[in-house]
Amino acid sequence: MIKLKKLSAIVFASVLPLLLSGCKAVMLDPKGIIASQEKYIILFSAALMLIVVIPVILLTLIFSWRYREENIKATYAPEWAHSLFLEIIWWSIPCVIIVVLGAVTWISSHRLDPYRPLVATNKPITIEVIALRWKWLFIYPEQNIATINFIQFPVNVPVRFLITSEGPMNSFQIPQLGGQIYAMAGMQTKLHLMADTEGDYQGLSSNFSGDGFSGMKFIAKASTPEAFNRWVKSVKKSQASLTVEVYRQLLVPRSEVPVRYYSPINKDIFNHVVMKGMMPMPDVTEGK
Amino acid sequence: MAHTHAMTHDSDANDLFGFWLYILSDCILFSAIFAAYAVLYKNNYGGATIKELINIPYVFGETMALLLSSFTYGMSILNLYKDKLKGVMFWLSLTFLLGLTFIGMEINEFVNLCREGHSWQASAALSAFFTLVGTHGLHVTVGLFTMLVLMLQLSLFGTTSFMKRRLT
Amino acid sequence: MLQKLLFGNLTLAAIPFHNPIIMGAAVFMCLAAACIVGSLLYFKKWTWLWKEWLTSVDHKKIGVMYIVLAFIMLTRGFMDAVMMRLQLVMSVGASHGYLPPEHYNQIFTAHGVIMIFFMAMPFMFGLINIVLPLQIGARDVAFPYLNSLSFWLAVAGAALINISLVVGDFAGTGWLAYPPLSEMAYSPSVGVDYYIWALQISGVGSLLSAINFLVTIFKMRCPGMTLMKMPIFVWTVLCAMILVVLAFPVLTVTLGMLFLDRYFGMHFFTADFGGNAMMYINMIWIWGHPEVYILMLPAFGIYSEIVATFSKKYLFGYATMVWASLSITVLAFVVWLHHFFTMGAGADVNAFFGIATMIISIPTGVKVFNWLFTMYRGRITFSSPMLWTVGFMITFVIGGMTGVMMAIPAIDFQVHNSLFLIAHFHNVIIGGVVFGYLGGFTYWFPKVFGFKLNERLGKAAFWCWLIGFYVAFIPLYILGFMGMTRRLSHYDAATGWRPYLIIAAIGAGIIAIGFIFQVLQLLVSIKNREAYRDTTGDVWNGRTLEWSIPSPAPFYNFAITPVVDSKDAFWKIKQEKNSSEAEPHYEDIHMPKNTSTGLWVGLFAGIFGFAFTWHITWLIVASLMAVVGAVIARTFNMSTDYYVTADEVRRIERQSRSGALAPQKSNSTDDDVTDDDLPDLETEPA
Repeated sequence: MIKLKKLSAIVFASVLPLLLSGCKAVMLDPKGIIASQEKYIILFSAALMLIVVIPVILLTLIFSWRYREENIKATYAPEWAHSLFLEIIWWSIPCVIIVVLGAVTWISSHRLDPYRPLVATNKPITIEVIALRWKWLFIYPEQNIATINFIQFPVNVPVRFLITSEGPMNSFQIPQLGGQIYAMAGMQTKLHLMADTEGDYQGLSSNFSGDGFSGMKFIAKASTPEAFNRWVKSVKKSQASLTVEVYRQLLVPRSEVPVRYYSPINKDIFNHVVMKGMMPMPDVTEGK
Repeated sequence: MAHTHAMTHDSDANDLFGFWLYILSDCILFSAIFAAYAVLYKNNYGGATIKELINIPYVFGETMALLLSSFTYGMSILNLYKDKLKGVMFWLSLTFLLGLTFIGMEINEFVNLCREGHSWQASAALSAFFTLVGTHGLHVTVGLFTMLVLMLQLSLFGTTSFMKRRLT
Repeated sequence: MLQKLLFGNLTLAAIPFHNPIIMGAAVFMCLAAACIVGSLLYFKKWTWLWKEWLTSVDHKKIGVMYIVLAFIMLTRGFMDAVMMRLQLVMSVGASHGYLPPEHYNQIFTAHGVIMIFFMAMPFMFGLINIVLPLQIGARDVAFPYLNSLSFWLAVAGAALINISLVVGDFAGTGWLAYPPLSEMAYSPSVGVDYYIWALQISGVGSLLSAINFLVTIFKMRCPGMTLMKMPIFVWTVLCAMILVVLAFPVLTVTLGMLFLDRYFGMHFFTADFGGNAMMYINMIWIWGHPEVYILMLPAFGIYSEIVATFSKKYLFGYATMVWASLSITVLAFVVWLHHFFTMGAGADVNAFFGIATMIISIPTGVKVFNWLFTMYRGRITFSSPMLWTVGFMITFVIGGMTGVMMAIPAIDFQVHNSLFLIAHFHNVIIGGVVFGYLGGFTYWFPKVFGFKLNERLGKAAFWCWLIGFYVAFIPLYILGFMGMTRRLSHYDAATGWRPYLIIAAIGAGIIAIGFIFQVLQLLVSIKNREAYRDTTGDVWNGRTLEWSIPSPAPFYNFAITPVVDSKDAFWKIKQEKNSSEAEPHYEDIHMPKNTSTGLWVGLFAGIFGFAFTWHITWLIVASLMAVVGAVIARTFNMSTDYYVTADEVRRIERQSRSGALAPQKSNSTDDDVTDDDLPDLETEPA
């Protein structure tokens, strides 16, 4: 019976690497500077805690085997229930680990704070994000373009996302570039990311927002600066413009929406959407 | 057979302790509503602020009525432990009237606010206001009902130790 | 017009006749109910059921009914889980599976709500009800009528959830119903209202139970049992109930405000008019985090009892365990923000709550070491309760580890709401809470029913649960790293997620087999109960007071209130071989009478919730008056108790103990009891 347990443990230990190899663990395959640092912390903290977890599991198995009642050779000490020495060990080692992890927590919470602007030689790009039902609207105020479910930006350029939502809460995330931040109605949140490798990266909403939630995916493309400029030019050729009327149309719930481009855009839309929860706004984008 | 309810000291102590635990949970309840009010009282969505809408002298008046009712309730308990049923009923009736006055004044205040367009639907601040004040009013109202039931039971059973426990 | 007046918003259209899955479930539920009602009628057992169980205020019977409720809801919640796994295996690429999103959303919401509120909580209250008074040498809880009331309020809540399956729909918002999604604007149907009322009604019951148990623990311990001599399970119950009293009012207020938004057009959490959805999230988790400790602490207590009993040793570091439990209780209130690091509170706030969360892991970890070193130099019998405990010790530390990882905000930014999170909390809830309650169920079953459960099937069930858990949830950790978020009902093949979801589905299937083994175990054990009969009252060679009375426990528990002077009082009594042959002097015992008030209040409260959900105004008023009326009527009842004469006590005790039942060291292991055993030759307990 205990042997069966040991066998299962061994089987799992050998199967796990097989399972992990060849799988697209995007969080462990970062392409941006934030995600890289987050990956390091994941591995470091896991390793640190295995220092306690593995011995505990082993001791559990060993004690189970050694002190099973058939094994009359083992010492039986029914009155022994205290040991200051042991208590000191197992209070202090976890404390030390937690102190280390606490320091990691403090430092990383500040360094990887979504609100913290990224320092780089290149000038940042700003993208305004509105989580709609059930699609993402991206507005580039400086380039005077907007897109649905697709963004592109140059590598090694900090991207500053200003994020809000129409209605239900969502969460903006591009796992290969970094962590997420909630998109909330009546609020503006910020996220700073920077890609260091060219590629197409999956983006999603990681907070459930209703029936069409599964279709709320987008592509984030990191390209060379030249390719980015070319792309902006091509979007500017779009026939559709993002007016208040067009925006109202977008409020109609729909999922799995194909990529769309808009230019020119109404630059007040984002601010209106953020503010309208707190103050009645004239000429505001009404609708549910 | 007369009621066999054994009034041991133990079960008294249990009831009292249990009642205080309930009061503790009620305190948490009100703390949560207060906290919500603290977060929301400025969210008046462009309308009048709560400060502008409240008539302080009026509120003072109804608060005094309620505070006075605590005093009259205390008087009724004093009479209870002296087994003076008439005194108990007198002071309880007074307590009831004062509580009713409080509720009446509060309902009047609410009705006026709504008539002027400052209902609980107008903004988050007003929602929080009506809920905080209204929950308190609801507690007082339930208290008034309980008092009626207790007064009925007093008239039926007299000032037994059982009733003493309940009123305390 | 008349229809609106009579039925509110309720119409026949509320029943989804076109949906085969729901109709199938409805038919199944009706058939099951019909079978139960039918057999009660056929065997003429209605009166017996009413007198002995439904109106009982006996803590043991109420406890059993709670556990019956928990098992019924476990079936429903588990079916939800299986349906989800099946959907995710199928719904990839061009296929969208067999569940449209509107239905799938209700299933994962119901799964969470049922498992936490109507499986785990009732299971916990059931075990506490059965065991607590027995362990402290009391005859019942402090307020037996309130105890019955709490149970029936829980039933009312569960009934609303089950009715919602057929009449109308359920919330499709996730188990915590975050606004603005749960507001009328985005969830206009009755689902969220069913949710609100089911939770509010059963929440009142939970609060009353907590007050009940706290008074019981503080005021009704037998002479000599100081706080530091109580069984450790009682300590963990004490801590958990403190958490209930302090946390549940916050849930009541939060759901109450959501109710006010939905029914009266208020704006606490709406997306406009100044509403603040972030406040809901804060408040709901100020309740939500203590809630998981409410579930976890009694499970920890169960493990402590089991590990000491089956290692035949004192629990290592009793005082440390007490302090660890108390510090977990206090710390439970300062960590809630770790559920939403990603909401943007800022680095300082996030770091504070992250560090506080990690600090909680220290006393929890210390407990694991204490259990480990209780086993050390013990003499361990691996009956199924002990298997559940060892399975827990190995599984829980993995879940704890992933929890501490997520306590680091930088990591949480990536894995929040991903399947990594799902794997973590199932890891600690199944590996921690469920294993503990199932172990406790097996452990204390003989005390309630007078016979043991079949060990072989119990062990088979355990192995299926353990292996099934790993097969079902380790892939989910991996899927989290692969970028899969929670609550998806469809995904693209290019993600590479499908193989892992298939493995997870197989794991769910293995757990299902374990569950079937448990059902079989019950059936086989009941059928062969004479062979498994507990004749001594002490089948496991126990250490605490509940094992000092016959099995099944007499309705008054202790004929003579015990007097103790140490921890593990019963073990000490056995060691000192203190069995005098003289019959003790019995006195009259004061017991509470049965009452139907609890049942009526529960019924009317359930109707109240239903009426509010469908806006049937006259019924709202009528059912509320009925609830108030029933409660007031009870206060006019002056004869709520009676005395059991000393003669009657003597008669019952003699019947139970015929067969030399002075507590003795039994060397029997569970392997002694097999299907081949001859039935006992002695007269059986009454």
